[in-house]
Amino acid sequence: MKRVLSARQIWAMPVAVAGSSIIGLVSALLGDGAWDALSWGTLSLPILLSAWHLWRAQTSG
Amino acid sequence: MRAFKLWCLVHKWTSLLCTLFLLLLCLSGLPLIFGEEIAHWLEASVTPPEMADATVKADLDALAADARARRPKDAIQAFARDENAQAWFVSMGETADATESSALFMYDSRTGALLQDLPLREGFLHVMFMLHVELFAGLPGTLFLGGMGLLFLASIVSGVVVYGPFMRKLPFGAVRHAGSPRLAWLDLHNLLGIVTLVWALVVGGTGVINTLARPLFAYWQQTELAEMTAPWQGKPAPVSFSSIDRAVAAAEALDIQKEAAFVEFPGTPSAGPHHYAVFLRGRTPFTARLLEPVLIDAETGAVAATRAMPWYMTVLLVSQPLHFGDYGGQPLKALWALLDIVTIVVLLSGLYLWWNKGHRADEALLVEAGREHERARSAEAGAVRR
Repeated sequence: MKRVLSARQIWAMPVAVAGSSIIGLVSALLGDGAWDALSWGTLSLPILLSAWHLWRAQTSG
Repeated sequence: MRAFKLWCLVHKWTSLLCTLFLLLLCLSGLPLIFGEEIAHWLEASVTPPEMADATVKADLDALAADARARRPKDAIQAFARDENAQAWFVSMGETADATESSALFMYDSRTGALLQDLPLREGFLHVMFMLHVELFAGLPGTLFLGGMGLLFLASIVSGVVVYGPFMRKLPFGAVRHAGSPRLAWLDLHNLLGIVTLVWALVVGGTGVINTLARPLFAYWQQTELAEMTAPWQGKPAPVSFSSIDRAVAAAEALDIQKEAAFVEFPGTPSAGPHHYAVFLRGRTPFTARLLEPVLIDAETGAVAATRAMPWYMTVLLVSQPLHFGDYGGQPLKALWALLDIVTIVVLLSGLYLWWNKGHRADEALLVEAGREHERARSAEAGAVRR
């Protein structure tokens, strides 16, 4: 039977993605230029993570 | 264990009740993200030409005269400035207080040239907009969609609660595609759901707030605006009207950091019979979303009253960009579209998981996860006691 993960192991990534999403959603409101770029970077994270894990599942036999 | 089962039930039923409408909202919202671009591409919109001299300003009274000459039987309801301040939109109604506009003219804000007589209530984007905002059913349709939005929020929250127990033995992002298709779809649903959590909560939550726009604005008119116009109550309607140009200039002179976003005309519900209501906006990305109402005496053109918007209007105004995704350039719009598509996949995979049961397999999974949860809890409790 597989090892049971701790709450920290389960929630570390979801909390990180949630935090960076909040930063991204707010930053573009605060200014243009760098503030917009920050929101593009942080809000890309959910897309990139989904793509990466799907790609990994496809390639790992 | 009972709590976990209960949350699963909450997740299942809140999702089932709203999924079809949420799919409709996601699909109709997708083209609306790029509404401007699509309208341009369909040649349903015109962009004001670039001009070297940005200080030239068209005479607003001349625009009003031109609009009136085009539709002599109608009344002007409002002037609205585009976000780059390169165009003025003049909307007319059969009467000043008509709820539907009869014409919308777009003028170049520098030269005063008529750029376009915009088609009203027709075309692809109009259908998408009506589906997205009111299901072609007016305010009841809008409020119904708001209720669906609340269910969606409940389904997200309950989804997060059951995510933990489901993931007790799986590393983040694991997609077990070698086993049954059901297992792969479950993992996909969990992964896409958890990474889009905050975006979906914010877009869903601000969408629900937006469904209250009309009631909130009506409430503002009946309370704050009514107080502002109270001293003019019962006075005869103005016989002559001051210059619109001067009314806008008087309002803008109050705060040089701000510019007029739109002007409601005397006789409309937002201005009352005796005033122009000029709504000022700031010039930074954030303050451009906030509005400050300035009432201008329609006869004299002098500032009559001004006050800050109450908190609920500010919440409504700030929730708009957070729902539309139109506040961070083209890349943000593109991300909005991608996240919307991911949400569609979450909805469809959720539907698949419910449809393609086995109930059995699912319940076995849940029971197993719950037992695991229980065991870990009692082990933790035991460790603490010791």
